[in-house]
Amino acid sequence: MIVELGHFALILGLFVAVVQAGLGLLGGGRNNALLMAVSGPAAIAHLGCLAVAFVALSHAHIVSDFSVANVAANSNSLMPMLYKVTGVWGNHEGSMLLWVTVLALFGMAIAVFGQNLPDRLKARVLGVQALVGVGFLLFIILTSNPFERLLPAPLDGRDLNPLLQDPGLAFHPPMLYLGYVGLSVAFSFAVAALLDGRGDPAWARWVRPWTLVAWVFLTLGIGLGSWWAYYELGWGGWWFWDPVENASFMPWLAATALLHSASVAEKRDALKAWTILLAILAFSLSLMGAFLVRSGVLTSVHAFATDPERGVFILILTVLATGGALGLFAWRAPALQAGGLFRPISREGGLVLNNLLLTTATATVLLGTLYPLFLDALDGPKVSVGAPYFNATFVPLMMPLVVLAAIGPLLPWKRADLAGVLGRLWGAALTALAAALLVWWWRDGGPIGAVIGIAFAAWLAAGVAIEWGQRVGLGQAFRDGDWSRTLARVTGLPRAAHGMSLAHLGLAVMICGMVGDSFWKTEVIEAAHPGDQFQVAGYSVTLDEVGQKAGPNYQALVGQLTVRDADGRFVTVLHPEKRTYTVQSMVTTEAAIRSTFWGDLYAVIEPAELLNRGQTAGSAAAASKPAQAWVVRLYFNPLVPWLWAGILMMAGGGAISLSDRRLRVGAPARRKQVAELRTEAGS
Amino acid sequence: MKAKRKRLLFALGGIGLLSLAVALVLSAFEENLVFFFSPSEIAAKAPPASQRIRLGGLVEEGSVQPTGEGLSVQFRVTDGASSLAVRFAGALPDLFREGQGVVAEGRVENGVFIASEVLAKHDENYMPAEVAEALKRSGNWQGGQGAEK
Repeated sequence: MIVELGHFALILGLFVAVVQAGLGLLGGGRNNALLMAVSGPAAIAHLGCLAVAFVALSHAHIVSDFSVANVAANSNSLMPMLYKVTGVWGNHEGSMLLWVTVLALFGMAIAVFGQNLPDRLKARVLGVQALVGVGFLLFIILTSNPFERLLPAPLDGRDLNPLLQDPGLAFHPPMLYLGYVGLSVAFSFAVAALLDGRGDPAWARWVRPWTLVAWVFLTLGIGLGSWWAYYELGWGGWWFWDPVENASFMPWLAATALLHSASVAEKRDALKAWTILLAILAFSLSLMGAFLVRSGVLTSVHAFATDPERGVFILILTVLATGGALGLFAWRAPALQAGGLFRPISREGGLVLNNLLLTTATATVLLGTLYPLFLDALDGPKVSVGAPYFNATFVPLMMPLVVLAAIGPLLPWKRADLAGVLGRLWGAALTALAAALLVWWWRDGGPIGAVIGIAFAAWLAAGVAIEWGQRVGLGQAFRDGDWSRTLARVTGLPRAAHGMSLAHLGLAVMICGMVGDSFWKTEVIEAAHPGDQFQVAGYSVTLDEVGQKAGPNYQALVGQLTVRDADGRFVTVLHPEKRTYTVQSMVTTEAAIRSTFWGDLYAVIEPAELLNRGQTAGSAAAASKPAQAWVVRLYFNPLVPWLWAGILMMAGGGAISLSDRRLRVGAPARRKQVAELRTEAGS
Repeated sequence: MKAKRKRLLFALGGIGLLSLAVALVLSAFEENLVFFFSPSEIAAKAPPASQRIRLGGLVEEGSVQPTGEGLSVQFRVTDGASSLAVRFAGALPDLFREGQGVVAEGRVENGVFIASEVLAKHDENYMPAEVAEALKRSGNWQGGQGAEK
C-alpha cells in the first residue's frame, strides 16, 4: 500500500513538474503574473510528491518488503539497519529517485529563498528546473521504476553489493548528487538569463552561491569516494583516472571554473556570456556523467546497470538539454551587453587565465575519457586510456594554475602592476626554494617530481599566507605589537576572502599529499606465519594471530598485528579483515590503517590460498611447514592524511565563503555594500 | 578599441593554451594508448614486448599456480580458442576467480604475458565489455555469463 502510494506520488510529481515547467516558461514569456505565480507553489508541491515517493521506497527498504523488486535485488533481512537505509540509493533505480528528489529540493530552495528575484527570472528558472525534472521523471517511470512489484515475493533479498556496505560509500552518492544536481541551478539560471535576453545583475549575484553549494558537495562527494577506494580496495590507491571517476571530476573542474568566472560577473559585470556558457557546460558534463555511468558503454569498475535502453534515454536527455541550451546561447548571447572593461594584467585577467586553464584541463580529461568510445563507435580497435595519459596532460596544465593561484588574489581589479605584485611574493618564492632544497636534502635528491611538487605547494601556501597576512595587517601588528586592530580586520574581512584563502591553502596541502603518495610509498608484501616480524618505514610489525569473526551478514578473517616503533615501544594493534559476504559469496578487503601526521601505516591480510595449494600439490618438503600461511601486505603511505585534510579545507573554504552575508541575496544592507564595493574598486 | 583588444587577447590566450593542450594530448596519446587484445589475437600476431597492452578473457579453470618466486602467481587467460600464460607479482583483486572474466595490463615477453596490473571489478556478475566481445568473437560466448543477471 505504502509502495503504491509512493508510486502514485512519483507519477503525480511528474504532472506537477509538467505544470511547473509549462506555466513557468509560458508565464515568463508572456509576462503574465497569474501564470508566473503558479511556479513557486508548484515547485514546493513537486518536492512534496517526490519526498513522499522517496520515503515510501525507504520504508520498503527498512521493513525489508521483498515483494518490491528493487528491495529484493538490493537488500537482505540480515543487513544492518544503516545499510538497509543506504541501500535505497545503492542501486540504479533508487539512486535515480534520489537524483530527482534532490533536483526538486533545489527547485524548492529557489522558490523559497528567491522571493526577491525578479518575477520573470524566477518563473523561468523554476520552469527550466522543472523541465529537467520532467525528463528524468519520465526516465524513471518508463525505464527504471523502483516501485515495481515482484510476484511471488522471495523469502529473502539478494543483498546489497558488499562493497557498498561501508560507511564511506554509504554517503558518497547523496553528497555527489547534491553536487551534480546542484549544478542544475546554475544551468537553469543560465537558460533563464538567455530567455530574458540580458544578464540581470540579480542573475550574477545568484549564480555564485548556488554554484558554491554544488561545488562544496561535489568536492566532499568525490573526496568520500576517493577515501573509500583508498581503504577498501586494499592497496592504498586513491585515484585511478577511471572513466567514472572522470565523469565526476569533469563537472567539478567546470564548476571550479564557474565559481571563479561568476565572481567576475558578480563584482565587475564582465564575462557574462562566458559565465553563462560555463554554467551550461558544467551541468551538461554532470548529465553526461550520468549517461556514462548508467549506460554501460564504459568498462569501469563502477559501472552501474548495463541496459542499452536506459543508456539511449539518458543520452537523448543529455543531448536535448545541452543542445537546447547551447542553441539558445548561440542565438541569444550576442545580445548580452558587454560589461566592465579591464586590462589583461588584472584580477579579471587572472581569473580569465584560471578559466582557460581549467576548461582546457577539462577538455583533455573529456578527450581521454571519450576517446575509447569514439574508436569503438567507429569500429576501431579496442583501446583504453590510462593514468599515464592523464598524468602527462593534466599535471602540466595544473602547474601554471597553482602558480597563478598565489598571484591572482593579489592582483587588484581592472588593472594591476605585475612587477609590484611579484615583488610582494618574493617571500613565497624563497619558501618554495627552501622547501625544494629541504626535500632534496632529506630524500637524498628524492625524485625530481617530488621536489617540484613540494616546491609548488610551498609557493602556493606561502602566497596564500602573504595575501591573507597583508589583508589583515599581520606585518604591521608585528611591528607595533598592536594586535587588536589586526583582530578587528580579521573579523571585518568578508568571509568570502577567508574562504578563498582556506580553499587555496587546502589545494597546497592536497598537493603535498599527492606527492607523498606518488613518490615516497614503501611496501612490504610477504607470506607469513603467526609470529613473523616485518620492518616497514621505521615500524616493526608482528603478525600475532589470525582469527575468525562472524558479522551480521558476513564471515571474516581477522589478523592481529602488533606495531612497535624503532625502539621497540608499543605503538598500536591493527586488525585488518578479509570478509566473505554470504549471500553474494563475495570477498571484500578491510584494510587497517593507523594515521599519523606524516602518513598512514596500512595493513592488509589475506589467506595465502595459492601458496598453500602449491605446497600440498608440490614438494614433500613443503608439507613439513605449518600448512596455513597468510599474505601480509604492509604499506607506509606518506602524507596521505594531507590529501583528506586538503579536501576538507577546500570544502570548508567553500562553506565559509557561502556564509558570507554578501552572498545571501536579500540580506539587509546590500545596497550599502555595493556602494562599498564601488569605492573599493575605485580606490 | 579596448574591448576589441580584450577580445583579441582572450582569443590569443585561448588558442595558445589549446595548442599547448593539443601538443600534450598528442604526445601523451602516442605513448599511452593501451590497446586491447584477446588471447587469439596475440596467438595470431604478438605485439612487440615494448608495447603495453590489455589482455582480456576468462581465467582458465585449474590454471592458477604460484610461480615459486616470492608471491607471484601464474595463470592462463583463455577466450576458448586459445590461451596465454600470465605472470603477476602483486595483489590479485578480491573478485579474481578461476572461470571468471579478467582484464590484465602489461606486456608480452617471450610468449608470456607479464602483468603489471590485474583489474578489479566491483560486481562478480559483471563482465568487462571487452571480454564479452572477445568471447563472442571466438565463438565461446554463453549468454548469461555476463551482465545479465
